[in-house]
Amino acid sequence: MGTQSQHNTTFSPETLELVKRIIARYPEGKQKSALLPVLHLAQAEFGGWLSTETMDYVASLLDIKPIEVYEVATFYTMFNLKPVGKCVLEVCRTGPCALRGSDDIIEHLQKKLNIRDGETSADGMFTLMTVECLASCGTAPVMQVGDHYIENLSCESLDEILDRLRAQHEQKAS
Amino acid sequence: MPRIHIDHREYDVRPGRNLLETCLSLGFDLPYFCWHPALGSVGACRQCAVKAFANAEDTNGKLVMACMESVADGQRISIRDPQAVEFRENVIGWLMTNHPHDCAVCDEGGSCHLQDMTVMTGHAYRKFRFNKRTYRNQYLGPFLNHEMNRCIQCYRCVRFYKDYAGGHDLDAFASANRVYFGRSDDGVLENEFSGNLAEVCPTGVFTDKTLKQHYTRKWDLTSAPSVCVHCSVGCNTLAGERYGSLRLISNRYNGSVNGYFLCDRGRFGYEFVNVSSRIREPRIPVNTQGESWEEHVHKATEVFRGTRIVGIGSPRASLEANFVLSRIAGRGNFYHGVSSSEFELSKTASQILAKGTVPSLSLKDVEKCDVVVIWGEDVTNTAPMLALAVRQALRNRPMEKSIAANIPPWNDAATRERVQQERGPLVIGSYGTTRLDEVASMTFRASPGALSRVGCAVANQLDDAAPLAGTLDEEEQAVANEIVRVLRSARRPVIISGVSSGSMEVLQSAANMAEAVRRHNADTGLVLTFPACNSLGLALMEGRPFAELLHEEQDRRGTLIILENDLYRHADPRTVQKIVALFDHVIVIDHTWHETARNAQLVLPAGTFAESEGTFVNNEGRAQRYFQVYEPVNGIRESWRWLLTLGNALGVSQKGPWNSHDEIVRALAASADVFEPVMRVAPSANYRIYGQRIPRQPHRYSGRTAMSANRSVSEGKPPEDRDAPLSYTMEGTRLPPPSVAIPFFWWPGWNSVQSVAKYQDEVGGPLRGGDPGIRLLEPTSKAPLYFSVSAQKPPEVIVVPLHHIFGSEELSVLAPAIAERCPKPYLAAGPMTFGMHTADHGAVMRLEIHGRMLTLPVVVDPAMPKGVAGLPVGLPGMEYFELPASASVIMQLQNAE
Ligand code: SF4
Ligand code: SF4
Ligand code: FES
Repeated sequence: MGTQSQHNTTFSPETLELVKRIIARYPEGKQKSALLPVLHLAQAEFGGWLSTETMDYVASLLDIKPIEVYEVATFYTMFNLKPVGKCVLEVCRTGPCALRGSDDIIEHLQKKLNIRDGETSADGMFTLMTVECLASCGTAPVMQVGDHYIENLSCESLDEILDRLRAQHEQKAS
Repeated sequence: MPRIHIDHREYDVRPGRNLLETCLSLGFDLPYFCWHPALGSVGACRQCAVKAFANAEDTNGKLVMACMESVADGQRISIRDPQAVEFRENVIGWLMTNHPHDCAVCDEGGSCHLQDMTVMTGHAYRKFRFNKRTYRNQYLGPFLNHEMNRCIQCYRCVRFYKDYAGGHDLDAFASANRVYFGRSDDGVLENEFSGNLAEVCPTGVFTDKTLKQHYTRKWDLTSAPSVCVHCSVGCNTLAGERYGSLRLISNRYNGSVNGYFLCDRGRFGYEFVNVSSRIREPRIPVNTQGESWEEHVHKATEVFRGTRIVGIGSPRASLEANFVLSRIAGRGNFYHGVSSSEFELSKTASQILAKGTVPSLSLKDVEKCDVVVIWGEDVTNTAPMLALAVRQALRNRPMEKSIAANIPPWNDAATRERVQQERGPLVIGSYGTTRLDEVASMTFRASPGALSRVGCAVANQLDDAAPLAGTLDEEEQAVANEIVRVLRSARRPVIISGVSSGSMEVLQSAANMAEAVRRHNADTGLVLTFPACNSLGLALMEGRPFAELLHEEQDRRGTLIILENDLYRHADPRTVQKIVALFDHVIVIDHTWHETARNAQLVLPAGTFAESEGTFVNNEGRAQRYFQVYEPVNGIRESWRWLLTLGNALGVSQKGPWNSHDEIVRALAASADVFEPVMRVAPSANYRIYGQRIPRQPHRYSGRTAMSANRSVSEGKPPEDRDAPLSYTMEGTRLPPPSVAIPFFWWPGWNSVQSVAKYQDEVGGPLRGGDPGIRLLEPTSKAPLYFSVSAQKPPEVIVVPLHHIFGSEELSVLAPAIAERCPKPYLAAGPMTFGMHTADHGAVMRLEIHGRMLTLPVVVDPAMPKGVAGLPVGLPGMEYFELPASASVIMQLQNAE
């Protein structure tokens, strides 16, 4: 993590409004309690990951020390501290999913995208992450993409899923 | 008293404690990591598991964490239960999966809690065959080394650094197998107590970087009990030597003084003992011949015989050395080597402690207070460990709630959860920003005059008999009212002030406050700080400040003996030159070259604290003995020994017919009532345990037959200590020594500093036989001692003294690691200090103080009120100025960048 630097991105006025409302939920002087929701907002608004600058910015918004933000942000695996692709594929590898073939799913994705766990495909579209239980064991194997679960995965269905996700993103972009 | 059963035997134990401390106090070996006697329990490491049984019939039992269970009457537990034993072995097995097993190259090796616990649990073979996780280590500044791979995730470091010491720049990052303890990026660990991490961390993650420069294993150190010389608190230390150089200062537990910790000045300042500016051989003016240095000196001083002898003593020399000098010089010819203002302040402070009604508190007592008022002191920089005690005291008020909610104070996790960021009242009256401001409930920044006015008004509101010192404005009145309010609400209030403010008015007003609160509350305490390790001891001796030599009528020609003192730190250069010029002969006895020594004719090399024995009186009034660590080489002798030689040579030996340290101590004790207890501070040199001395070297000391083999194949005869009951070798008793003479903490199975528990009857309590040191001063008076404070009309700009933990103290700043943290000379000023001149950061100001010009860059302290500026005292390159003083001519030479 670096030293504090000038942050040239700030939240949009709407998000700032939301941040204020979140802070207001907590008693006076306990604004640090808003840290997790604000970090989620920051990750969503600033490219899906938290740069040092972003975390310093959040620290300044909450009037706490940057190190207090790093401490929390590094603790949770949900926060990305390195840039990620447009689509983050979080594949569950816990017991039930493993029994239902998540290893094959992961291997398939690795081959297809030519990346390893935690890496981003050359075109910057996909990041592969393995995660622990997503609490959807009944529909294993499962992966989470953004706010959505994609369930009952199979290697065959994956190719089509990837194409669909890519198409969706290209559509959004244009 | 609850009665508990441990492995089918009954024990009566103290209520209110947890099972782990109880078992340890009973002498059981129960492994632990996350628990620390000063930090309490969090139940994180799972290492202290024992079996608990519901009743006598229960044979299954269940595993519980001993550190998280309160003792209860009738409780049945087992330490030896096979399941508990296996569980503990497995826990350490898991902790070790990522540990690099690099003991051979680890500085902790040989004094490592992790090694001890691994052996204790029987986890003797590595079973983990996979890759270990590795980390990048950080640069943490000149004090500590970082080696994260060795971490076992006990969280003690952050709990000490953040929760206990109030640090902000060390944290735990990430989670699970990636967890990391460090800063957010490379850089100096800022907290003044960071060095304790080397002892708090049970492994080799944080280790002493200064030790690394001349690394020695614990078992190869020759050590002795010592006392820190770097401020007036007098923390107890262990000093370790090898090959004639001082290698390590570590904590020596004293339940009443420093407990388990030291400040960084005290831990890392020791290297002044090893630096090249040490005086190692006598400098003798005439070409003399003699067998020994003593003979040389004898011959050289022949011409001095019969002249009158004047002695200047020192606040950093032992009672013994000062006493011998005062006897050689004789009545009326002994002067205190401190400035006139420091002399008056120290005298007044000693009178407050002896003649008032308020007792001075030990650090342990301070930790028990619930309301703290600090008046005119920046304690973090003048008496660092006192600041640490204050931080603990602030927890007491909010902890009343957690205790009421049945959370025992040892349960740190639950207590902190309940208490959150709440703190008890701390009022700081100061000249500007102080390090404790961040935990203060109120700060009042003012000139010395305003501080004393408010202090006296507080006293007056509490007790009509206390005199006022002028009328208050509205803001001051509000401050006074608030202080009265918090003091009245206190169960145990403490007023902290001292000599470092430089202001008699401030000191006296603080004393008035303490006296007045005492009328209401018998548990009121007082803490006064002093500038040096033996300032109070010197203040208790007869004598006048040395600057008065200038004003005395009679002819002062003769011989001047200056003891362990650089007079240029206590008076302006012209005064010192004039005084020195009064004498025909000037003799300096000191251990380090300085201006005063360079200008003397005869210079005798003194031993530092490590090379001599003596007694200091700390700010509490506690007389404490330190022992010689190693026999000095070349011409270095204890100051008192040189003084005896000089006394003989000068023909005044009849005034002090002593030959040994014991004899001097006896004479000192007989010289004044107040010094009578000094006799009993430590056992005499004849003390033996079953006929044996206390060894300075541990039983595993290695290489003694080889250490000097490059010079001679036969092993030299070890020196014999005629002045202490300790031996310089590993021969001697294996029984625990009396608490004052413990040269190292070590117990079978407990090689690390955690073995302290074995020297206490009760974990965290006093050392067995009582904590070392004897208090010399107890308040004797029934009636309050009030001062009529004369509030002076303030000058337009008053320059006050400021202090730096790293830099202001003469000796520690000679240590390279401390020097690295020392600021450059500067002038502190508030934005409004100079009225029209806006003193910005980096501007260069020229001002006149006491008729001397001074040009310094400005450092802005936003908290400094109008009309107040500050000079850091004692920094290398700063001349002495008597402060507070008015500054008259002010010019801005250069604008801010
Ligand atoms: S660095 Fe040391 S004190 Fe901190 S968690 Fe690791 S082993 Fe414990
Ligand atoms: S507080 Fe003072 S006596 Fe204690 S270790 Fe620090 S400098 Fe030494
Ligand atoms: S010492 Fe008891 S759980 Fe760590």
